[in-house]
Amino acid sequence: VTDLVFDCPVPRLDHDHVVLGHGSGGRLTTQLIQRLFLPAFASPLLARMEDQAVLPPLPAGGRVAFTTDSFVVSPPFFPGGDIGQLAVNGTVNDLAVGGAVPLYLSAAFVLEEGLPLDDLARVAASMREACRQAGVELCTADTKVVSRGKGDRLFITTSGVGLVPEGRALSISAARPGDRVLVSGPIGDHGIAILSTREGLEFETELVSDTQPLADLTAAMLQACPGIRCMRDPTRGGLAGVLCDLAAASGVGVRLVEAAVPLRPAVRAACELLGLDPLHVPCEGRLAAVVPAEDADRLLAVMRAHPRAREAALVGTVVAEDRGVVVLESVIGSARVVTPLPGEQLPRIC
Amino acid sequence: VKFLDEYRDARAARQLAARIAATVTRPWTLMEVCGGQTHSLVKYGLGDLLPPGLELLHGPGCPVCVTPLETIDRAHALAATPGVVLCSFGDMLRVPGSHTDLLRLRARGADVRIVYSPLDALALAGTLPDRQVVFFAVGFETTAPATAMTAALARRRGITNFRLLVSHVRVPPALVHVLQAPGNRVQAFLGPGHVCTVMGLSEYTALVDHHRVPVVITGFEPVDLLEGILRAVEQLERGQATVVNQYARLVAPDGNPAARRLLAEVFEVCDRPWRGMGVLPASGLGLNAAHRGLDAAQLVPDMPPVAEPPECLSGEVLRGLRRPPECPAFGKRCTPLHPLGATMVSSEGACAAYFQYKRPEARGEEEAL
Repeated sequence: VTDLVFDCPVPRLDHDHVVLGHGSGGRLTTQLIQRLFLPAFASPLLARMEDQAVLPPLPAGGRVAFTTDSFVVSPPFFPGGDIGQLAVNGTVNDLAVGGAVPLYLSAAFVLEEGLPLDDLARVAASMREACRQAGVELCTADTKVVSRGKGDRLFITTSGVGLVPEGRALSISAARPGDRVLVSGPIGDHGIAILSTREGLEFETELVSDTQPLADLTAAMLQACPGIRCMRDPTRGGLAGVLCDLAAASGVGVRLVEAAVPLRPAVRAACELLGLDPLHVPCEGRLAAVVPAEDADRLLAVMRAHPRAREAALVGTVVAEDRGVVVLESVIGSARVVTPLPGEQLPRIC
Repeated sequence: VKFLDEYRDARAARQLAARIAATVTRPWTLMEVCGGQTHSLVKYGLGDLLPPGLELLHGPGCPVCVTPLETIDRAHALAATPGVVLCSFGDMLRVPGSHTDLLRLRARGADVRIVYSPLDALALAGTLPDRQVVFFAVGFETTAPATAMTAALARRRGITNFRLLVSHVRVPPALVHVLQAPGNRVQAFLGPGHVCTVMGLSEYTALVDHHRVPVVITGFEPVDLLEGILRAVEQLERGQATVVNQYARLVAPDGNPAARRLLAEVFEVCDRPWRGMGVLPASGLGLNAAHRGLDAAQLVPDMPPVAEPPECLSGEVLRGLRRPPECPAFGKRCTPLHPLGATMVSSEGACAAYFQYKRPEARGEEEAL
């Protein structure tokens, strides 16, 4: 797959680095779009070069889902991915966990003067590959350039639209006592992979980010189990944040079993050393799902049969008591409350 | 993960809890000294495994909690001084002084950086020759050797743009203070495991001999803590008082002599104010005459002593006189986002541990947040 990305022929530009003129709206902007972005994204809608993408009519009956997200991750290239991949997957996943079929994305780039254009080409190529994997078209885009020192290499904002088929309504307030909570794989890989690159903290790990698009997984899950109440991707705030939101919005309690939460040894070790709770560490390619108890085993089997959720696990139960509270049954059998992060623990993780 | 799973083993924990229950014949009150021990106890709900009448009080071993307000104000004044880069461990950034905190100062333009070792701050001084780099050195005998090594290197290399704001403290004088406090109920200590990796056991042998109170040097995992409790109540039941080393997998009886040589090279024992507890004699480590040129305190004027908010009972919590939910402000007017005092603001503080891990009803409040 990576060979494909790097073999993509990007015609030479007149510059090696982003200059202010690339954001001027003039000739250099056109050159950047025509020689770098258009070949990279290969979108017929984008190639029309209008001020807007005019989308074909959507199938009748469904509802349109619409979401937006900004990406400022530092560093922009990290073990297992880069900011471009993250920007596509993040927005695709926000649509997918709502039960939507992701269709179109926009991307707005804020580039810092001096960014190597090779880096931008790498990011664009990985965005295209991420779009291909998720089956979405990047159909409208914008570029601005800020002076050196006024940004940090590049920031990307993506928005996405998708279609929620008729009759489907997932919601964080839909959990009911008795429901089961499943996660699609080990948590915290993304956060710890990013942390391992941070200045003053570099530690050696083979860990890579878990960033991946989840639309094919959610489609398979919803096909097998239309009764899924709710799905969320535990990004900032981690699994703890998602489950605390769920408990509050649904007016239920959540019992989480510590020993059942999948965790790679490298993530666990890093969290021990750094004093982090893995339940607070972000993922970028995982989801948590709440499902009626009678569907839980079938859904778990469907997830484990899917390449994006081989290590899925049943981690907890929705209960009527302790409304609004997530209670963790620890490895030694005692119980404690899981609380959301009080402040910012890991800045610029996505 | 090796050295972790065997100390978080449910069966071992239950067996130890059963042995504790079989050992005690009357009520006892113990104090765990370290904030890290408090957090494990609360996080794993170990209190629920103990027989009724066996009480654990939370001790003063939280370095952020005991750093006096005027020292925090001094760090803030340093951070606000043009040309200064203030380096700190991350958990100090949110701690409010009397006017502000380091995160707010950073948002207003101060150069405040998180480092994971004082050596990183010294390296930064090398890359910023026209700036004054200050490391805010807090902590017990555990973190003091790294500060000492950094100070010794800075002096030997003749680095002139590096300073230290030192607020290091020693555990034993605080334990004496707890024992001598009016109304003290502590009958035995779970001693500071990581401090003793440096200091060894001799200081605690002296304490035991003088005060006739058992000390079990204890680790930080559930099985460690339960074993520490068992060793303490065994002594209490037999009327003994000795130093027992539960944490022998890390603590050598002689500690770490190389680290202690560094401490002796750079620091001298001094009196030091503790937040909520007042000035404790011989409780601090300050730069000695040979290293006083590194003292960052000279860069800003002396700070006036500051009174704690009258509502905050952290001084009593730190001395084991009150438990966090007994404070009327706990979880209501005092939360981790709006802390009134030290034991709520530090992630190692006892109030923060209760707020983070206990059910709302056990925290004594009506709403979760």
